[in-house]
Amino acid sequence: MRLEGRAVCLPADIDTDLIIAGRYLRTKDRSIWAARAFEDLDPSLAGKIRGSVIIAGKNFGCGSSREQAAVALKEAGVVCIIAPSFARIFFRNAINLGLPLAQADLPCRDGDLVVVDFSAGTVTLGETTTKIPPLSPKMLEILAAGGLVEHWRKRG
Amino acid sequence: MATLSERILGAPAGEYVDRPVDRAYVHDGTGVLTLEAWRALGSGTIACPGRDYVLFDHIVPANTSTTADLQHELRGFAIGAGMHFSDIGTGICHQLMGEGIALPGEIIVGADSHTCTLGAFGAFATGVGATDMAVIWASGSTWFQVPRTIGIFLSGRLRGYAEAKDLALTYVSRLGMDGASYRALEFIGEGVAHLSMDSRMTLCNLAVETGAKTGLCYADAVTVEYLESFGKIVEPQAPPACRYEQELDIDLEEIVPVIAVPPRVDTISPVSSLSGTPLDQVFVGTCTNGRNEDLLRFASIVRGKKVRVRTIVAPASRKVLEDAARTGILAEILSAGCTVVPPGCGPCLGAHMGVIGKGEVCLSTANRNFRNRMGVGGEIYLSSVSTAAASALAGEIALPGGEE
Ligand code: SF4
Repeated sequence: MRLEGRAVCLPADIDTDLIIAGRYLRTKDRSIWAARAFEDLDPSLAGKIRGSVIIAGKNFGCGSSREQAAVALKEAGVVCIIAPSFARIFFRNAINLGLPLAQADLPCRDGDLVVVDFSAGTVTLGETTTKIPPLSPKMLEILAAGGLVEHWRKRG
Repeated sequence: MATLSERILGAPAGEYVDRPVDRAYVHDGTGVLTLEAWRALGSGTIACPGRDYVLFDHIVPANTSTTADLQHELRGFAIGAGMHFSDIGTGICHQLMGEGIALPGEIIVGADSHTCTLGAFGAFATGVGATDMAVIWASGSTWFQVPRTIGIFLSGRLRGYAEAKDLALTYVSRLGMDGASYRALEFIGEGVAHLSMDSRMTLCNLAVETGAKTGLCYADAVTVEYLESFGKIVEPQAPPACRYEQELDIDLEEIVPVIAVPPRVDTISPVSSLSGTPLDQVFVGTCTNGRNEDLLRFASIVRGKKVRVRTIVAPASRKVLEDAARTGILAEILSAGCTVVPPGCGPCLGAHMGVIGKGEVCLSTANRNFRNRMGVGGEIYLSSVSTAAASALAGEIALPGGEE
């Protein structure tokens, strides 16, 4: 699996309240979550993340278990998220929704081209290629199916 | 020797395992998405409805017609599927699961990050998202990576006004907001024996604020007696001498009242250094600090006095509220000028019943002080119940028992 996109840089400890604020949870309308993603961090961000690879600091997705956070980013068109570490519930949620995550500590410049190759286990940013720890076989299976729901349906 | 997580999950740290779960629960917030994901699975099966719980606590009673519609649908589904259902006013999911349902040695999953609270009973209890939960509804099991464990050794006993909450904020600040990512925390040592079940739940509740998968205490005589009061007979779990990935020693005698300063849970200061900070609201309650012991403590400080700032008290469950009514402390809390809201999360998640306005400052006994959590532009300081009580009386942040 190989993905690419332009880098959007974010700081460390981005919590799920910042990804999607609690006030937008009482709906099932996914387009609202996508439009309001990161609103309390920077209201213009939601419009800029389609097709992007988010490169964040450590502990991305900490806080509440709200799956709407991962849904919002997936719906908003984020291709992949790279961070030195992720909060574990967010990590599971993202994989379950078919949103790939890669663990790496990278210097980030907005707009740089990022290529993530899960098969080779590498991230390439500009000229530099960095190794990433492999995802477990189960997670790769779920991602390849497009998410846990599809994975389950295929298994039948 | 194996850690408690390794014993319960039956495999060494680092391994991936598939395990049936003993209890699975959702609340009115996460239940809606779970139901949607479960429908998308298209299988139409619920593997073990007797192990599934749907507990309404987040926005109770419903605040808008959208919320009411979503709750109406989920309520009908849960009852129809034969799941255990707790309606509005019964209490916070983690508290209810802690009133004689969660048992030592069980594997418990909840669609809420503070499911780790139930580790207080010697269970492996952890939060999952809605899609994971949907598959758990359908299959009765899920996968886990067995966590490595950080051992937190507690010695001595808490003194004066220091509470389990101060201890919890202290270990969170020592580990940091991601200091225990993917790990389990095990609380061990003679200090644990002096902590009540209410206190242990507070201690384990904050484990997720360090990134931990769960926090656990071994079931001992205190656990056995507590569960007996709910008619559950269990055996204590003997803590083995095991080696932890990392160890942390905390002397309970040295714990002092502290406050987590917005917007991070891991940035703490002694209450004395913040004394005099003006407040607009005090909130006592939540899955962290809305239990019996907490209301007793609160009442013992405000008894016969009047609060000087608007103060909201949310009992964690109907049982807590009933006990408070029976023992007369509810009347004392009301006479002190506090507003008591129905059992549930209250204003904790900024949805209703005490949302704060722009520029307002709230002192809360909850577990999170993220930006805008209780209302856009508001700030949240986190403290123990005693500090909240003393501050409510002063109308500003104040040290319980007064300045030394
Ligand atoms: S009381 Fe607050 S932290 Fe606890 S479950 Fe409710 S919203 Fe979450």
